[in-house]
Amino acid sequence: MKKVLIALAGFAVFAGVAVTYVVSARGDGPAENAVPVVTGQSMALDGRSLYFRNVAKGPDFGKLAAVPRTAPTAARKVGDLRCDRYAVARGTGVCLSVKQGSLPPVTDLLVLGPDQAVRHRETLPGTPSRARVSSDGKIVYWTLFVSGDSYSATGFSTRSGLYEVQTGQLVKTIEELAVFISGRRYFARDANFWGITFGADGNRFYATLGSKGKTYLIETDYKRYRGEAILENVECPSLSPDGKRIAFKQKVSDGVWRLAVVDLASRTVTQLAETRSVDDQPLWRDDSTILYALRRDGDASDVWSVPANGAGTPTLLIPDASSPAYG
Amino acid sequence: MYLASSRAADSGGPATGSTALRWRRVSGNVVALGLVSLVTDISSEMVTAILPLYLVLGLGLNPLQFGLLDGLYAGATAVLRLVGGYAADRWHRLKTVAGVGYGLSAICKLGLILAGSSVAGIGAVLAVDRAGKGIRTAPRDALISLSSKPETLGRSFGVHRALDTAGAFLGPLVAMGVLWVSLGDYGSVFVTSFCIACFGVLLLVVAVRDKVRTHRASGIPLRAMFALLGGRSFRRMCGWAALLGLVTITDSFVYLALQRRWDISSTLFPLLPLGTTGVFLLLAVPLGRIADRFGRWRVFVGGHLALVICLVLVCGPVGGPLSIIGALALHGIFYAATDGVLPAAAGPLLPEDLRASGLALLQTGQALARMASAVLFGLAWTLWDLGPSLVVTAGLLVVVTIAAAVVKPWEARG
Repeated sequence: MKKVLIALAGFAVFAGVAVTYVVSARGDGPAENAVPVVTGQSMALDGRSLYFRNVAKGPDFGKLAAVPRTAPTAARKVGDLRCDRYAVARGTGVCLSVKQGSLPPVTDLLVLGPDQAVRHRETLPGTPSRARVSSDGKIVYWTLFVSGDSYSATGFSTRSGLYEVQTGQLVKTIEELAVFISGRRYFARDANFWGITFGADGNRFYATLGSKGKTYLIETDYKRYRGEAILENVECPSLSPDGKRIAFKQKVSDGVWRLAVVDLASRTVTQLAETRSVDDQPLWRDDSTILYALRRDGDASDVWSVPANGAGTPTLLIPDASSPAYG
Repeated sequence: MYLASSRAADSGGPATGSTALRWRRVSGNVVALGLVSLVTDISSEMVTAILPLYLVLGLGLNPLQFGLLDGLYAGATAVLRLVGGYAADRWHRLKTVAGVGYGLSAICKLGLILAGSSVAGIGAVLAVDRAGKGIRTAPRDALISLSSKPETLGRSFGVHRALDTAGAFLGPLVAMGVLWVSLGDYGSVFVTSFCIACFGVLLLVVAVRDKVRTHRASGIPLRAMFALLGGRSFRRMCGWAALLGLVTITDSFVYLALQRRWDISSTLFPLLPLGTTGVFLLLAVPLGRIADRFGRWRVFVGGHLALVICLVLVCGPVGGPLSIIGALALHGIFYAATDGVLPAAAGPLLPEDLRASGLALLQTGQALARMASAVLFGLAWTLWDLGPSLVVTAGLLVVVTIAAAVVKPWEARG
């Protein structure tokens, strides 16, 4: 009897602690935005804005935001759309948004029109990692982290896919891509693809292949659906607007990456002036500047800018932001 | 010799009398241990379920990096299992050592909050969590074994594994509920998980009785543990378990093969393991009872035959959704017929005061063999592609299973 009482009392205590914590966590969110925010705005693409994910603490955390390109520190406009990753080009936007409370996690992929209205919706397994739109606005592509594929409880793998906006063709994963390394067809059960970037012709694209502890830059012919490894230790490639260079993150040691740019013709690699570890797919603002999100104090993040030629110094562009995009 | 001595010792055990109700024919201690496992599994599975979300979205970590840490722990856990088993026997403290294991894992839930976004920190916390699991397994199984009458061991382990699995089922649901109520706060999930784990430890402390065993005059030397392998029946059992483990395909490959074969949508993919555990949950007790009646050895071997048929379905010519359901059901039968049945079969072969050590040896051998099997299968898959690898594995499994059935190595009682 005494034991039953102890067990019941213990249960009451532990349940009490848990409930108190959960309830207090509910009310934990700050009621005011940490930075000036103008809410309830139309987020239609206007050709003059820089878009990003607002990660300033407050009720508008996680919403798509915009500032004038000429005044990135101005008060940010926000609408109602929440995205974990966002990208835009030529009137086509893509928003990856994880479904709250879905276990295993599921992501809503939203293809957006020039007015930011949803033109197509796709639900895919995994958590958002990367998203981009081809420069002609015809193809959107993404990378999701998926668990459950792998051989241990905490193992992950990536799954990259693409969607042709005009034809509606969906490729859920590019894993079936025929890949050649040093001229030989490559097979491995641990092959993962991430970080796609399309050329202006809408056919040639680049992606990262990770396998057996190595990463390769794969150059791919989309129509023939075959790719070839052209460089090692290149992750999250991003093709320059002139199509001649690729910005990427280069692994320095475990968990530490540096931004670099490679010239495709000469294969010369230039490390950029940013010396901190960057875990993001870089974005070309124009042929000479690169934008990227940089994590700060754990889960906070800012958008920075650095020259693409290795000179200069990084500049803080938008504090409390991630997923920069030009529309 | 072991058989006789352990049975004599067991007859004084607290198993319920034959007048008790049918469903009560499992010792209260086993039910208590099962409940502790149920509560602990809710706690650990809720964390496992949200970890990917937490790492990627909550912390913005690159999980690929993180996944690399994972493989390192499996080996360490195997060694700790031996340490836990030996320590429990050495100091005659099954419950205490199991409690330390449960406690370590409970503390880790808070550790996840403290670790923040440091990859090394999270890696360390998960390592300690696994260490806890490694330490507690052998003393816990020894307690189940010592709390049961020798003739109902299969049922006892069946009841324990069923309760354990029920907890694993509930974990993700609880996590989802907490995330929903807390408006997506991961800290709440960890704190809730910690509280549930603490309750599990408390249950262990108040509801589970330790088995007071006849002390040996001197402490048990480490070599007594390995001397167990001198016992012919037990050595053979370890050998067969390891050999069968070596030709057994691991879970994830079964699911991956199913996924490839039928091109299962990746949204449905995570449901495949639920099919297996569901069948396991339903059949753990019935198969444990069948094992008690018709021989644990036969059921254990039969479980491997079920896996063979499962593999044949996976790579065989017949398509259609019925084959998937059949394959998952057979995979569940394989688990129900082997997971609890093996320690049940081993119990009577081990002397009381070395039972935790013996079970640790047996299960460590099996676990290491399965690890090796996973590596080999991965290699075969890369070299020959999926189909041929499955056929070869199924073939090897048939050969070893038949050999194990014919040689009939250990069980004294039919």
